[in-house]
Amino acid sequence: MTTTTAPPAGAQTGTPRPGSPRRRGKRSPGEGRMAAMLLSPTLLVLALVIVYPLLSAVHQSLFRAESGLDADGFVSDVDAFVGLANYADLFAGESGRRFLNAFANTTFFTVTTVFLETVLGLCLALAMNRAFRGRSFLRASILVPWAVPTAVSGLLWRWIFQSDGIANNLLGSEILWTAEGNASKLAVIIAEVWKTAPFIGLLVLAGMQVIPGEVYEAARIDGAGWWRQLGSITLPLVKPTLLVAVLFRMLDALRMFDLPFVLIGPGKESVETLSMLAWDESNQLRYGSASAFAVMLFLYVAVVAIVFVKVLGADVTGAKELKLMSKKTARKNRLAAQAAATAEQSTADQSNSAQKKAEATR
Amino acid sequence: MRQRRRTWQTLLATTASLTVAAVALTGCGGTSTDAKSNPKAAAASFEGKGPINYVSNRDASGAANKTIEEWNAAHPEEKVTFIELPDSADQQRQQLIQNAQIKSDTFSVLNLDVVWTSEFAANKWILPLPADAVPTDKMIPATVNAATYRDTLVGAPYYTDGALFYFRSDLLQAAGIAAPPKTWDEMKTACKAILALPEAAGMSCYTGQFDKNEALTVNFSEAVASAGGTVVDADGKPTVTTPEAKAGLNLLVDGFKDGMFPSDAITYLEEQGRRAFQDGKLVFMRNWPFLHASLSATDGSSKVAGKFDITSIPGTDGPGVSTLGGRSLAISPFTPNKATALEFVKFFTSEEQAQKRLALSSRAPVYAALFEDPAVVAKRPFFPTLLTSLNNAQPRPKVVQYGATTKAIQEEAYAAITGKKDTDTALNDMQAKLTELSK
Repeated sequence: MTTTTAPPAGAQTGTPRPGSPRRRGKRSPGEGRMAAMLLSPTLLVLALVIVYPLLSAVHQSLFRAESGLDADGFVSDVDAFVGLANYADLFAGESGRRFLNAFANTTFFTVTTVFLETVLGLCLALAMNRAFRGRSFLRASILVPWAVPTAVSGLLWRWIFQSDGIANNLLGSEILWTAEGNASKLAVIIAEVWKTAPFIGLLVLAGMQVIPGEVYEAARIDGAGWWRQLGSITLPLVKPTLLVAVLFRMLDALRMFDLPFVLIGPGKESVETLSMLAWDESNQLRYGSASAFAVMLFLYVAVVAIVFVKVLGADVTGAKELKLMSKKTARKNRLAAQAAATAEQSTADQSNSAQKKAEATR
Repeated sequence: MRQRRRTWQTLLATTASLTVAAVALTGCGGTSTDAKSNPKAAAASFEGKGPINYVSNRDASGAANKTIEEWNAAHPEEKVTFIELPDSADQQRQQLIQNAQIKSDTFSVLNLDVVWTSEFAANKWILPLPADAVPTDKMIPATVNAATYRDTLVGAPYYTDGALFYFRSDLLQAAGIAAPPKTWDEMKTACKAILALPEAAGMSCYTGQFDKNEALTVNFSEAVASAGGTVVDADGKPTVTTPEAKAGLNLLVDGFKDGMFPSDAITYLEEQGRRAFQDGKLVFMRNWPFLHASLSATDGSSKVAGKFDITSIPGTDGPGVSTLGGRSLAISPFTPNKATALEFVKFFTSEEQAQKRLALSSRAPVYAALFEDPAVVAKRPFFPTLLTSLNNAQPRPKVVQYGATTKAIQEEAYAAITGKKDTDTALNDMQAKLTELSK
């Protein structure tokens, strides 16, 4: 399904990498044609793997298989055009209830897990950033949960949370974690945070490592304590990295599927997410409504991403960093502005390298 | 500000060009969804010989492979290739359906779970079989019924499965109970006596499989059928608001309410139940025959080896009604070599081959005679009891939209046994959902 292909909002690839020196001003028509030619392979691939499935899902969501059997007991094989009926159903009746429930679950899981992961990831990064013996070992071991495939960690946690499992043994309780109810929500949150806090931790650590030591030295001389250093130096300087990490995690959490599926099981209302709902519908061969669910999920993810980028100013593209650079050196001013104007999207690597470059020149 | 506008312009332009490209692409591939072909061809003449593919779930015992090797040795021109599907039944079904929807000729002979029969037959993804294709008179009637859609045989029964009632014979004896309980009431009485014994301290009475899963549909259907009701009638219309169906569901609801079932049985599937029984925590258990071997293991892994026995599951007035598991073989209408496929299905599901497979596989054959063969019984002591269970078995709801049906059953039955809904509300809601699905 197309649920997994949701690109970050404002996605636009194919623009030149930021930093490529080019003359500002009018482009000759020949130059434009050349650019179009060079970009066309990328655009074609994008159209094939993102735009086509997306439009095809939208197209499919407007149809519905005709229900009912003919006199001989055979299924009619006609897909009828139903307009927006599949979408209208999302807000009415039984399927509406399921949709809203899944929507609420998805949102709840995203908010809680990303919040906890961020706090925990920051702590992990702070711990890893200090120099001590065995640091590289700790770093490697922190990566383990992230490296374990989600389905496998789902199984691991299923054993931990089963009625006679370790969790109940340690707590001395008899909580039915994998049955319907709030305990199952908690189980999913715990497993998800365990799995993905290292991701935030490592990204933030990368951000921390490029903060020059002199800054802290100066702060110490000025008499700033640990908390002050954290609040006034570390956090503001890792904020761009942190925001990108949080954005990635949010987009990921909104598509959550395998963990609740394996850990608690399909069809459990307390943990059913939008992706699971879309999967279930397509499993029942109701491709129309499955596509409608998937499209709604896509829109939701897109809206969240756009809001996040616009309101919180997550610097996915590295554009701001380049602007910073431009303040420093007058000569590079044009270049940075040009790049900021054209760059709208880039991978995490690109933004990281851009940040490092910016920090290095600071 | 100007830069910003430029960004948006670029964005817009790119989006526009991508959209144009994608629309062009959609135009090319758009017809695939609504083109399903001509159904009447299904009335089938079986023609065409040549190599075919047999697509199936895994057979760890290697018994199916043996049969195929034997066929291949005798038919070098019509070789059969074994295609193995993933372990999860959902994924098997998905792959089978996807292949059928694109009319791929890759899958010739399909190994279908009994509950998929109606869906595949109604969508014309499998061919009706000729009346004389399989010796149905020698087979256990329930297995033939399960492979039949609207009075037409669409699958050749391959293997089957039914419920067994495991009980702790040592504790029954200690409590002075001569025969295992045949009804739920007898079971309750027996439990009272047994749980009062000092050696039964901390034990629970009974469990089945109650997690929200296909297994819950099985346990619910058995409870309803054992109380004399049905989930759907012969026409596929739901009948779960009858007093019998209510009595059936109440058996399970009261089991949890009265503490007859362990409270964590709500999370039990087959495996958790086996562990609890094997660790001596349960007096009675409903489960499948495949556990028999691990429960009777004498290597110390089972605390109940030699201390348990089996019988048919209990009902309300007499022995209960088991649901039916198992598989059947069906032929895809999209394979060019239908004659070979039909011959292979006949060969594969013949009594002779079924008997040969028994040497390796513990899967229960569909031929009643094989259950009473002394040589077989010596090796698989549960066979006679299983036959009794199967002779009395009913298929799970035979409906086209089985996936949605079983989900609705699980949903409502689970709500009832967890106390979220009372029995009447749950069954009324279930009736409404199933009615919607049976239209």
